[in-house]
Amino acid sequence: MSEAKQDTIKMVDIYIMGKKYNVPETLTIMDAMEYAGYQLKRGVGCRAGFCGACATVYRQAGDFELKVGLACQTKVEEGMYLAQIPFFPARKAIYDLEEIKPSVAHFARMYPEVFRCLGCNSCTKVCPQDIDVMQYVAYLQRGDFARAADLSFDCLMCGLCVSRCPVNIVHYNSALAGRRLYSRYLAPPDSFLAERARAIKEGEMDAEIDELVNADKEKLQELYNNREIEK
Amino acid sequence: MISLSYTPQLRELMKKVEETRASRVGVDYPRMSPEERRDVLQKFHPDYIEDGFRDIKVGVDKGVRMPTEMADVFESYSRLKDVDLDLKADPDYDVDVLIIGGGGAGASAALMANEAGAEVMLTTKLRFGDANTMMAQGGIQAADKENDSPATHFLDVLGGGRLENVPELARALVMDAPLVIKWLEDLGTMFDKSEAGTMITSHGGGTSRKRMHAARDYTGAEIMRTLRDEVYNKGINVVEFSPAVEILLDAQGRAGGAILFNLETEQYLTARAKTVIIATGGSGRLHYRGFPTSNHHGATADGLVMGYRAGAGTIYADSIQYHPTGGAFPPQLLGLLVTEKTRGLGAQPLNINGEQFVYHLETRDVESSAIIRECEERGLGVPLPTGITAVWLDSPLIEQIHGEGTVERQLPAMLRQFQRFDVDIRKEPMLIYPTLHYQNGGLLIDDRAETGVENLYVAGEAAGGIHGTNRLMGNSLLDILVFGRRAGANAAAKSKEVPVPEGLNLEHVNNYHRELEQADAGDGRVGPVLLPRYTHR
Repeated sequence: MSEAKQDTIKMVDIYIMGKKYNVPETLTIMDAMEYAGYQLKRGVGCRAGFCGACATVYRQAGDFELKVGLACQTKVEEGMYLAQIPFFPARKAIYDLEEIKPSVAHFARMYPEVFRCLGCNSCTKVCPQDIDVMQYVAYLQRGDFARAADLSFDCLMCGLCVSRCPVNIVHYNSALAGRRLYSRYLAPPDSFLAERARAIKEGEMDAEIDELVNADKEKLQELYNNREIEK
Repeated sequence: MISLSYTPQLRELMKKVEETRASRVGVDYPRMSPEERRDVLQKFHPDYIEDGFRDIKVGVDKGVRMPTEMADVFESYSRLKDVDLDLKADPDYDVDVLIIGGGGAGASAALMANEAGAEVMLTTKLRFGDANTMMAQGGIQAADKENDSPATHFLDVLGGGRLENVPELARALVMDAPLVIKWLEDLGTMFDKSEAGTMITSHGGGTSRKRMHAARDYTGAEIMRTLRDEVYNKGINVVEFSPAVEILLDAQGRAGGAILFNLETEQYLTARAKTVIIATGGSGRLHYRGFPTSNHHGATADGLVMGYRAGAGTIYADSIQYHPTGGAFPPQLLGLLVTEKTRGLGAQPLNINGEQFVYHLETRDVESSAIIRECEERGLGVPLPTGITAVWLDSPLIEQIHGEGTVERQLPAMLRQFQRFDVDIRKEPMLIYPTLHYQNGGLLIDDRAETGVENLYVAGEAAGGIHGTNRLMGNSLLDILVFGRRAGANAAAKSKEVPVPEGLNLEHVNNYHRELEQADAGDGRVGPVLLPRYTHR
């Protein structure tokens, strides 16, 4: 960045793991760490709010409250004190999807912690995706996998909920198991998909495509330019 | 709501978009003729701007045209140049199938190889799942409706790819597509479905049928987390933060493992394997022509560099996809993907006067070129406070067409991403400009996903030939799974036929170094890059 441009941008002081850095106020936490000189390995992934690698906890100057955000999706602020949680040792149940059923009994064997929820709502308060985490935990307890799947869908598995839970629930893995159970057993299978897959496996679609595979470019261009387009 | 992000000047310009909106609802801007498409591509697509390219001076493709930044990382010295390794000692890891890369291609290869009874190890640079797969929003194509067929899909793939696709690879892509969707459905992937279970599908740029399957606008994330969960359920050995830096060849010149680098302890480790799959993804973080990118942090062409040194040839290395709708403002969203589904739902690109200047669902190459033309040649872009120009994407149209609540239901990730920076895309149009998105080419494979180097397979974005020189939306999530599965199954089958590799060596790397010196290339550069470095931007 040129000196001239830098003059016009307001700079703020932030504290990365307690160490002070002066950075442009327009940056995200992730960009600010790089601006400060970090070459990121952990605590960085998609850089676009989809992967949950960059869960960050911070306090603002003069505020007692601990705040959270994704480093790639949160702007720096004057006096921000921050640290990343790049990894959290959370348990995942090992299961065979074909052997389990969408029932409370099966689910309780995989994720018994879910039933110890105290209702403190720490998970919901900490979620950077604003998901009502405690509510989907309640749905899982009831075996309402459809609602749990719908409500938990936007989860990025960043692990902040797990880090705050007083009874060690692994919310994101529990929700994932819930969504897979719902999608495998409760949402009806697409009625035509299996038929199409069968037709392909048995070679019924070969002739039509091989004609195109063997066609010359001129013919293909003509077919392409004149193809019918579904409204 | 008044946007906190958009400046008063931008809010003033936004009025023109609002003024013309009513007249644009339900009116389709005409599609370009084949001649118009060719013309806009040749004048404005970055692939045709010669000063961004040069010929590579070394290796099996010596003399082939590549983006300058790619040629630079190809022409580099190994990280192992001055490292002492004892390749005769017992290897640190010893498996049947070694998979390098932990995105969708690597994960699906791991599952298929495991199912075939092979001992599998998956090693990856960052976390398992840190990959462009996770970020793919809009959908995955498959011809699984009665009015559609793999042949119809094939024609779209070839037309979109400028008829430069390797036909056998495109055939594999479209024929496996319904099988992949069925596989995902059985694995409990949560697709958008009707009450009766019918997959809800829509159009993407260049599709002739509605065959885009989605999981809201987290399609790639939903596929990735399902596959990753299944890999862990199967007990497959996953080693994170350990990128491969060089492929090992055996005494006969066949692939026989790789050297891994533990990013945290900075140790080099040897992995011996009967077959090797490169599934390392793309190269957006090389920032061709200085473009911002929609790619994840690790997209640095590592697999291309390693595979090339081991003797695997490339195809269409000079063909790069610029996604028409990258975020342009607020500055925190620069380069980030605005899913094509936004246009699929009816959002139109508009110039500074609030006028549409291109059909909203041209193929990506054409749409991008038209946006660049509007800004550069016609000077009708919207000037931004950050010094760049952009065009509007009229997202408020979506709810006018499909009703209130559509954006929250169908584009929750987009809505959330812009809300974080104080823009409500239901009420305010977005500002977009093309972003570096995808590597159309890569290492050439056959329809079994094998390269010219025996026992070396490639799947996913690192592979080339499938999409010709322009990929359609929804065919990348498909490609990684089709060729990931094929690579996994074939590498596992092959591993049962071949003995444990002997005489593992890096002679090909030494030879490559000699070539660099003779060609006076390389300039002391070291590759693969592994991690981008951004400081004081």
